[in-house]
Amino acid sequence: MTPLQACLLISALLFAIGFAGAVTRRHAILVLIGIELMLNAANLNLIAFWRFGPHPEALTGFIFVLFSMAMAGAEAAVGLALIIAIYRHKKTSNLDEVKELKG
Amino acid sequence: MPPFFIITGIVTLLGAAFAMSLRNLVHCALAMAVAFSGIAALYLQLDAQFVGFAEILVYVGAIAILIVFAILLTRSGEAPEKSVLTSGWMAGIAVSAMVFTMLGWAVLNSSAIPKETPPAPVATVKNVGDALMTKFVLPLEIIGLVLTAAMIGAVIIALKEDSQKSKSEDGGQQ
Amino acid sequence: MSLIVKYLWLIPVLPLFAAGIIAVNKQPKRKLAASLAIGSMAIGFLLSLWAFAATLGHGEGAFREVFSFNWIQFGGPEPDKWMQLGWVLDPLTAIMLVMVTFVGMLIFIFSVGYMAHDENFMRFFCFLALFASGMLGVVIANNLFLFFVSWEIVGLTSYLLIGFWYHKPSAAAAAKKAFITTRIGDLGLLLGMVWLYAETGTLNFYDGGKGCLESGALATMLTHATIGGMAVSTMIGLLIFLGAVGKSGQVPLHVWLPDAMEGPTPVSALIHAATMVAAGVFLVARVYPLMSVGGIIGAHGVPVTTSLTVITWVGAITAIFAASIAVAQNDIKRILAYSTVSQLGYMMMGLGVGGVAVGMFHLITHAFFKALLFLGSGSVIHGCHEEQDVRKMGGLKKYMPVTFAVYAVGMLALAGFPLFFSGFWSKDEILHHASLWSVSKIPFYLGCTGALFTAFYMTRQMGLVFFGSYRGHEEKSSHGHSAHDHSHSAHSAESHSHDPHESPAVMTVPLMILAGFAILLGVIGTPAWPWFDAYLNGELAELHIKFSNLTESAGLMGASALIVLGGIGFGWVLYGKRQRKTATEKDVLEAAQPAIYKLLENKYFIDELYEATVIRFNAFAAWLCDFADKWIFGGAVLLVKYLTVGASWLYRLTDENVVNGGFDVGCGSIRGSGGILSRLHSGRVQTYLRIIGVALVALIIFLIWGRKA
Repeated sequence: MTPLQACLLISALLFAIGFAGAVTRRHAILVLIGIELMLNAANLNLIAFWRFGPHPEALTGFIFVLFSMAMAGAEAAVGLALIIAIYRHKKTSNLDEVKELKG
Repeated sequence: MPPFFIITGIVTLLGAAFAMSLRNLVHCALAMAVAFSGIAALYLQLDAQFVGFAEILVYVGAIAILIVFAILLTRSGEAPEKSVLTSGWMAGIAVSAMVFTMLGWAVLNSSAIPKETPPAPVATVKNVGDALMTKFVLPLEIIGLVLTAAMIGAVIIALKEDSQKSKSEDGGQQ
Repeated sequence: MSLIVKYLWLIPVLPLFAAGIIAVNKQPKRKLAASLAIGSMAIGFLLSLWAFAATLGHGEGAFREVFSFNWIQFGGPEPDKWMQLGWVLDPLTAIMLVMVTFVGMLIFIFSVGYMAHDENFMRFFCFLALFASGMLGVVIANNLFLFFVSWEIVGLTSYLLIGFWYHKPSAAAAAKKAFITTRIGDLGLLLGMVWLYAETGTLNFYDGGKGCLESGALATMLTHATIGGMAVSTMIGLLIFLGAVGKSGQVPLHVWLPDAMEGPTPVSALIHAATMVAAGVFLVARVYPLMSVGGIIGAHGVPVTTSLTVITWVGAITAIFAASIAVAQNDIKRILAYSTVSQLGYMMMGLGVGGVAVGMFHLITHAFFKALLFLGSGSVIHGCHEEQDVRKMGGLKKYMPVTFAVYAVGMLALAGFPLFFSGFWSKDEILHHASLWSVSKIPFYLGCTGALFTAFYMTRQMGLVFFGSYRGHEEKSSHGHSAHDHSHSAHSAESHSHDPHESPAVMTVPLMILAGFAILLGVIGTPAWPWFDAYLNGELAELHIKFSNLTESAGLMGASALIVLGGIGFGWVLYGKRQRKTATEKDVLEAAQPAIYKLLENKYFIDELYEATVIRFNAFAAWLCDFADKWIFGGAVLLVKYLTVGASWLYRLTDENVVNGGFDVGCGSIRGSGGILSRLHSGRVQTYLRIIGVALVALIIFLIWGRKA
């Protein structure tokens, strides 16, 4: 097993764990946590490929990950704002109960 | 495979697993922070130092805190009474197992994986800054716009409702 | 073209207009109807006199003028492809015109009185005028087609008038019988007409040399041969004669004439004595050139051909046949009807043995005295309050003297009383020519026997009706009228005594005029002055009152005088002197020879024979056609119906179950699947995520395998 494959395996497992949590847990914030974990797994994947792939001096993967992290931050902010707004409206943060578009 | 790599990996994965399975939400957030730190360590080992420290700053320093704030604001700090799992959680486990299997199999058997390890790149801050300002300047600016939009959007979404509406709600309730 | 020929068409058309005007009037306007009809006939009479005058006085050859007009075009545009209609004025036409209009006018005047109490007065005069129009059309027609059309009008009005009292079943049946029987004859006429047209290419009689009765066409027809080696002219002639057989009541198609007495008496007088039945004789006279072509010339220049031989035999048989039946009849009109049939036989015989002049002379004289006799019998019936059985009459001489006198004149004329009465001269001409006929002498003997019978039965009739004592009272006291004519039912006998009375002047004056002519007409045909014969042939007739002419025929004249007087005497002895006492007593002859009398009284059972054979066959054929129509054609229709119903049922089944059902199932399944699919829209985010995960896996598999392949 090459180091690349090891890294990739770890990132795959991390992704799977994050996905399992996102689709399994009831609370909305935990879904967000799962999403963050998934994003991180993807970033790890990118860095691994940047490090072990051809032309690491081009810094392509590197910069990609930087931007991805920035996007993750923005997305986490908006998502949490949404959760707070929904909590205010529906008085619950249980995803099972938030299933109608009707307000 | 350096042993430190393996240990870091295990720590990350454990942290992620705990983050997804603990009952108390605050514990979940803390476990998530541990996972993030583990990932930062991995980045450092992969010679992506700047990204590793950016990870600490952004994820652990901002996002984890943000999540704690959200937990606070949605009064989710108490331990929940009912089950933490949603209905149909078995389907979810099955799907994620499928996903991991597929990914793992792809990784292990794919022919796109290169065999040799190239030498470590020099990813100094200066290089990164240069790249950002020359080659990647457009995404940089766009990211700036996106972040601005996200910030404004988040404020608007989470803003308290109109004072007239809230007054009438209060009037109705009394 | 002389003026009268141009306006000759007025003569038949004026009564036609009269009939039309009468027909459209709904309210009874008797004076209008009667005056229109009589007026049109009177004008027609004046025009006929003018036409008659125009035909006189031509020295060489007969006067003949033709007027034709184009009727319809078929074939090419050349004028000789057009079908023409038209009329002809020649001596034959002129003499018939005068006779028909004059006798018709007198009978119309008589009808005014006779039908005065009938509620269908208007209808009667409408039909009478229509009949007059048709008959005059027959007389003047130059084209066989126009002739046929007028012939059929005459037949139609005969049917309408015989069945005038249509609510009487016997009258309706008699009308039908008349029409159908004459139709059989008309079929022959139609076939002859078609064949004639095929042979000669024209239907015009006289057409300036191209007509079908002129020498060119006749020569053509003589040379062509047909079945049995007969010349075409013979065959066509026989077919046309068939039409005359039907219309003129020759044996075997005579059965309708006695039954036609169901109609009112003026109808019997006009149609079945003077004019319509004479139309058949007129037809033979008209196509005489066709009948006589190619024959051997016999005595007096009369040709002998196959057609003429057949005509003579038929006429002779009819004469004796009908005369024998008349001996045993008890209805006053039936005696006269059989007498008419018999005299028509004489006319045909005369045409056959003696030519046009001989036959037509008897036709003219017969018209007058037979009309006189019928009208007289009508007067008798009217006076006896609708009694028609001679056994219930008697002694009317003292109740109706005028009627008696004129009736006697008519009877003597019919019997052929020598020298003074026209019937003697005309019948004598026929017998004279028959005695000289080269084929056989049998018609002559038959004719003589018939003359004997004629004298006998007429005397019998006179004796039973006018002499003796009135036998009508005893019937009336026991039960009511066994009336035949219902026209006078309103004026039945409650108000006056049951004695017979004389008829009013409107009825007796025409009788007297007719009687005068019955005597005087003899003058034109005597051998001393053969004016009639010469007139018809276009020669000048000289007045030879020389007895040398008479010697040739003196023997025959004496013989026929003896026959007539013998018949009258015999009848007088049996019926004049020895009167029957009661109405129900057996007739003298019946007592003597009951079997023969029964045979004669039942008209030789001819009607029964026809009933058993022809009518039964016809009924069977009708039943067969009805059966075929109901089952075969009706069956085919039913089959189509059931096929259609079955097909539509099948279609409905398909539509309901297959189409609708399929559609319903399709829609239901779509709804069901939609219902199932809508569960995907749970609104739950995590479900969506799971599905995305599955999709991701599938995508990866697809990409990897795609790459590998």
